[in-house]
Amino acid sequence: MGAFAYVAPTRLDEALTVLSEHASQGRRAQVMAGGTDLLVQMRSVDREPRTIVDIKKLAETNRLDLASDPIFIGAAIPSAVLNENADFVALLPGLAEAADLIGSTQIQGRATLGGNLCNASPAGDTIPAMIAVGAVCVIAGRGGTRRLPVEDFVTGVGTKALRPDELLLGLEVPKPAPRSGDAYLRFIPRTEMDIAVAGCGVSVTLDDSGTCTAARVGIGAVAPRALLVPAAAEALIGSKLDDAALAAAGRACSEASSPITDKRGTADYRRKVVGVLCRRAGAIARDRARGN
Amino acid sequence: MTKLHVTTSINGEEVDFLCEPQQTLLEVLRETLGRTGTKEGCATGDCGACSVLINDRLVCSCLVLAAEAQGQQVTTVEGIASEEGLHPIQQKFLEHAALQCGVCTPGLVIAAKALLDRDPDPDETTIRYWLAGNLCRCTGYDKIIRAVQDAAKTLAHPA
Repeated sequence: MGAFAYVAPTRLDEALTVLSEHASQGRRAQVMAGGTDLLVQMRSVDREPRTIVDIKKLAETNRLDLASDPIFIGAAIPSAVLNENADFVALLPGLAEAADLIGSTQIQGRATLGGNLCNASPAGDTIPAMIAVGAVCVIAGRGGTRRLPVEDFVTGVGTKALRPDELLLGLEVPKPAPRSGDAYLRFIPRTEMDIAVAGCGVSVTLDDSGTCTAARVGIGAVAPRALLVPAAAEALIGSKLDDAALAAAGRACSEASSPITDKRGTADYRRKVVGVLCRRAGAIARDRARGN
Repeated sequence: MTKLHVTTSINGEEVDFLCEPQQTLLEVLRETLGRTGTKEGCATGDCGACSVLINDRLVCSCLVLAAEAQGQQVTTVEGIASEEGLHPIQQKFLEHAALQCGVCTPGLVIAAKALLDRDPDPDETTIRYWLAGNLCRCTGYDKIIRAVQDAAKTLAHPA
């Protein structure tokens, strides 16, 4: 049994050295961004001593670049900081609203998109929203940087495609084309402070005539991990995003889901609700795209 | 175990302490530094009783490692009142009887201050959403909301 340690490197190579040394010595290290999931888990289900590698002092994980294409969102930026940025909210309103749904003001002062993704919960609200906007993980390791689409990052409940000697630097999101819009909706039985029963993120791009030329749909809390639903996107592309097209996309989401029954809802209920959320989020994304 | 030496600022005063790597800021505030104004409720980030400001950002001190306070500016409920007396938020909590047992009150005072520092004239919905992470099991929130609204008026138009 080792001891706890805490390090807050200021340079990426230092952070990667700590991670790779731990990996090669068989010692456990865990990256911390906002810590809102990690600290709770460390005091309840997973008390094993480890080295906590705080990545909030790194320049790259704090970088927010909205002018570049792709946009870059550092993994350690708190959701409150993102949502206070009017340009971010205007560019990616669906992703912003997903981040704004997670936890209280206090939690949002610390919680990050990167942490929500790395926590790899089936119900993480930002994950379907990131999938919808085509976000790509930028992962740093000793050998260099690699990229992985968000939909391929989470591999199962609490597991992810990140080696112990790697860390998530941030997310790249293609700059939305003109006449694009995104939206995220989740269902919870109350108005605030709960975990999704089902969630759906939709992004769409329209041409001059209002026909959908590109779409992506992500669903959450209805499978062991958030999923990209290509069949839902296919139902939207080529349509005017009318009720029939939105209903078809909703059916595709229901069919793609494989939910469980728990205290928040039954499997049948979740399967139905995720389709409803897709229709409604699709309509919001469409209306936003028409305004852009 | 090697303890970490942390230098931080608490309510404008430079403070040094030793902590273990896994200790929370809440534990160190209360148990190492004896600053018991900040309360422990759930210790899982759900109740807001341990709310503090770090660099003016509202957070739960139970979800912050003490070691993270290195070089930061921490504000606790003990830093809200001035030499002249209670802060208007505290005064209005008293006048509106916005507390019973008082365990949630320090967190609510800090959270309300963070809100009014950003938005001096919030509507009721804004106040209710902002304070959604501060649980009170006694008063039922209405008096708390009235106190925050009244404090906003007082801060905008000091007597």
